[in-house]
Amino acid sequence: MRKVVHKLFWVWQFDKEEEWLNEMAAKGLALVGTGFCRYEFEESLPGEYEVRLQLLEKSPVHPESEKYISFIEETGAEHVGSYMKWVYFRKKKSDGEFQLFSDTDSKIKQLSMVISCILILSIINLVVGVENTYLLIRHFSGALGGGSSANIIGFVNLAIGIFGTAGAMRLIRKRSRLKKDKQIFE
Amino acid sequence: MANTALTEAVYYILLSLTEPLHGYGIIQNAERLSSGRVKLAAGTLYGAINSLIEKGWIEALPEETASRKKEYIITQAGREILMAEIERLRELLKNGEEILGGFKDA
Repeated sequence: MRKVVHKLFWVWQFDKEEEWLNEMAAKGLALVGTGFCRYEFEESLPGEYEVRLQLLEKSPVHPESEKYISFIEETGAEHVGSYMKWVYFRKKKSDGEFQLFSDTDSKIKQLSMVISCILILSIINLVVGVENTYLLIRHFSGALGGGSSANIIGFVNLAIGIFGTAGAMRLIRKRSRLKKDKQIFE
Repeated sequence: MANTALTEAVYYILLSLTEPLHGYGIIQNAERLSSGRVKLAAGTLYGAINSLIEKGWIEALPEETASRKKEYIITQAGREILMAEIERLRELLKNGEEILGGFKDA
């Protein structure tokens, strides 16, 4: 039996998203499909699968990404879905531990890609947010006429920008810890 | 160049490719050689394979049929790098044993 769950994870929560997908897998709900805020599961044995997700450099349908995805599949994992540049894999736990990155360098590289993506998103939202909020204030102070396009969307942009920046800071700290380790360990 | 240490992943990839192997074969071989200690993750392995091909230390074998998994093999340049690394490791081991008086007394 299939079960669809709608849940929102922001980009900066990608590690929490993976944790949640693995909690679901531990309960016997294995991921089979993904979409916008949408996760499709099938019933499996509890803990049968381990799920990993990753941000790719290019779209999942780009030939380079396709080559990568089929390489991962050749190692016994299953590509269960994509959303934008994110890909989702699962692998049976009985086939051994499932990780996509085993050394510090590749973990740092992946984190850096996610951080850049979040920072771009946050900066755009902050700029648009400040602009719209400014318009809104001018509107209410009577400086602008009734035809103003100012609305509360500015606050939404501001909130996304602020939460995004905070999320990026958490990931930057995580990356710094990895970089510190690299001075001692491989 | 010769003084630079290889990563453990690269060392085991090169060592595994003294015979033709596909990606999953490399993962299994590295795990077997290290008695289960070294577990190469597929994404990391993919990046390393591409870098090694770029450097000319390994090469992809021509695919016989489309359904077959791609296999790789070490090149002469790769062998030389591997030999130099073994020399370097020998030096590390020798110094460690000399200074600590061998593993039994350490």
